[in-house]
Amino acid sequence: MSTYPTPQRHHILSVLVQNKAGVLARVASLFARRGYNIFSLAVAPTEDPQFSRITIVVDVEGTTLEQIVKQLFKLIEVVRISELDPQKSVERELFMATVRTDGENRGQIVELANIFEAKVLAVGVDALTLSLEGSPEKLDDFEELLRGYGIVELQRTGRIALPKLDREAHSRAVKGKAS
Amino acid sequence: MKITGAEALIKALEMESVDVMFGYPGGCILPAYDPLLKSSIRHILVRHEQGAGHMAEGYAHVTGRPGVAMVTSGPAATNLVTPLCDAYMDSIPMVAITGQVSTTAIGTDAFQECDTVGITRSITKHNELVMSAEDLPLAIRQAFHIATTGRPGPVLIDVPKDVLQNSMTWHWPTDEEVQASLPGYHPTTKGHPRMIKEAAKLMLTAQRPVLYLGGGVLKSRAAEVVREIAELLNIPVVTTLMARGAFPDSHPLCLGMPGMHGTAAAVTAMQKSDLLIALGARFDDRVTGKVSAFAQEAKIIHVDIDPAEQGKVRRPDVPIVGDCKLVSIEILKALRELLDGGEVQADIAPWRSRCSGWQEQFPLAYEPSAPGAALKPQFCLEQIRDHAPEGTILVSGVGQHQMWSSQYWHFDEPYTWVNSGGLGTMGFSVPAAIGAKVGRPDKTVWAIDGDGCFQMTAQELITASISNIPIKVGILNNSYLGMVRQWQEMFYGERYSEVDLGGGVPDFVKWAEAMGCVGIRVDSPEEVAPAIERANSINDRPVVVDFRVEEFEKVFPMVAAGASNDDIILPPSQNERREYLR
Repeated sequence: MSTYPTPQRHHILSVLVQNKAGVLARVASLFARRGYNIFSLAVAPTEDPQFSRITIVVDVEGTTLEQIVKQLFKLIEVVRISELDPQKSVERELFMATVRTDGENRGQIVELANIFEAKVLAVGVDALTLSLEGSPEKLDDFEELLRGYGIVELQRTGRIALPKLDREAHSRAVKGKAS
Repeated sequence: MKITGAEALIKALEMESVDVMFGYPGGCILPAYDPLLKSSIRHILVRHEQGAGHMAEGYAHVTGRPGVAMVTSGPAATNLVTPLCDAYMDSIPMVAITGQVSTTAIGTDAFQECDTVGITRSITKHNELVMSAEDLPLAIRQAFHIATTGRPGPVLIDVPKDVLQNSMTWHWPTDEEVQASLPGYHPTTKGHPRMIKEAAKLMLTAQRPVLYLGGGVLKSRAAEVVREIAELLNIPVVTTLMARGAFPDSHPLCLGMPGMHGTAAAVTAMQKSDLLIALGARFDDRVTGKVSAFAQEAKIIHVDIDPAEQGKVRRPDVPIVGDCKLVSIEILKALRELLDGGEVQADIAPWRSRCSGWQEQFPLAYEPSAPGAALKPQFCLEQIRDHAPEGTILVSGVGQHQMWSSQYWHFDEPYTWVNSGGLGTMGFSVPAAIGAKVGRPDKTVWAIDGDGCFQMTAQELITASISNIPIKVGILNNSYLGMVRQWQEMFYGERYSEVDLGGGVPDFVKWAEAMGCVGIRVDSPEEVAPAIERANSINDRPVVVDFRVEEFEKVFPMVAAGASNDDIILPPSQNERREYLR
């Protein structure tokens, strides 16, 4: 069972904001005040330190996405909002988990980690800490498989996303830079 | 040359052409009150910070200029919360300045510290905590820019005490610097040409059009051009509670106010319409009644400067984001072009005669009081109206008296009606009337209040007396929380719970006199006109007239909360004619 909302309800908004104190609180309190649901949220400065990008996975239930976007855009510090179509964007999320191991199954867990190309970050007497970066679906699968061993602690970052590059546009841009 | 942050703040307000501000000093804002001594700005010392906020709103309502309130931190800032929310709901341009504890003390639960910016975040268009004296001028410029452009609203600037005390080099930001500092703020003012053409075409083909005017018509100062549109096509007009005065009540096309206590003609015309032209209106629940049953056959043209209003309640067929005035000018142009090009408007004469039929059959009506019986509140209002000097501004609180004011006054000019529409703030009237009178000292200002409302903010009459702001207050005193009592009578089986305000106490005349006002008590119909004439003749102090009115009078028509507008409850005398509403 995926922990993510059904595709119809799941929308990724990439929100470019002025990098100012309190801007995240503004976004969060707007969602709370109008009864919108945030599924996950990731925020950090962009290449231009004046701006931050907030990637919000919105769980649209009851309100239209259009209304959420319009209300968000009314915040003075919101500069641009784009909805990223999952088909036309690349998404990544980071996952860290500490899994219980009785010694006997340690090998199995490491093998599983190898299959998923996860990393072993720390090894203890009776536990392992693993990390995995990838698409949210891949993370879901890995989490599901680890659950059987007993997850002690788990932390996911929430996803970040950027539009997929159109190859022609990309090559044009590269050429433009070169000349 | 170096000046202090406090001097910069006052100088910035002067640069923004602020001529008056309403406020109350205290600990953290103290430094700002010193340079005020030598400023050109008139400061009106209120008796409670809520009063300062509502005065700023009243001032903004009648002048179109942003109202300014300045108070200290903590409890003063929280006292400002109600007016900020009120201004936010009714899109009133307002700039609030609050003191804050020193930057070094923020977060320590210092004396009179509160998270003002956090508390007011969802009830302001924007707010900002200014952390250095250097940033003050830009913050003030941004505040006025944001409060007055796009959809107007309140902006709060929170200023720590040390920011006021520190010195800075004065720099007044240019327009370009302000624009550059707000990369995400570009309100759309010009409507989309294709949508405007589309709207004009629909307006010519509609057979049962209604112009649905909201507060945006007044905010954008579009009343004149909207009237030209109405007259060009002879389209009937309704004016919402926030738009009273945007179109003259005396005009043959005016059907009055729609909504929960609107006229039967306005409510029914919207219900039966095939095209609602919504200008600066937001399909509020008090107007639509049950949304799924609202104007089911109508197509919608929705002009609003706030894109989030488009489709929030009702999906428009023609959405136009833009300034109501600019868009209306373009619509008028497009209509004239189509008509000049040989297009012919659909025949709406049958529709107009239906509308006037409803007006004739269902006028606003109440039973006049029997000889010797208690005064009727509607009668008092009619008398105040008929004795009012030209251009009188009417200000009301919230409840039955507000609805009667909107119903029985004849609004023939824009900016003569001030009330709390969206938030429904009891106690709004007295301070808002003071703000209105400060903004328009040339006009007579009547505050109509209920006895419940009056007791919430009456102390501001002391402000009015001391600062020579001669407003007139008419209390429609039924010793009840009248509107709540009406709901308990109609929807709770006459089980009256906590609505009796206790009859003889307070003595409003003595109270008025104690506050430096003239107090007049009116019990019988023959005393009404002389009392009003006396009130109108007094201009050196405020006047309070205590009209002792019938306790059980109800406001009609009425659409019950959540009911369909088709199920409008008529005054009892009109019930037998109900079939004509078809």
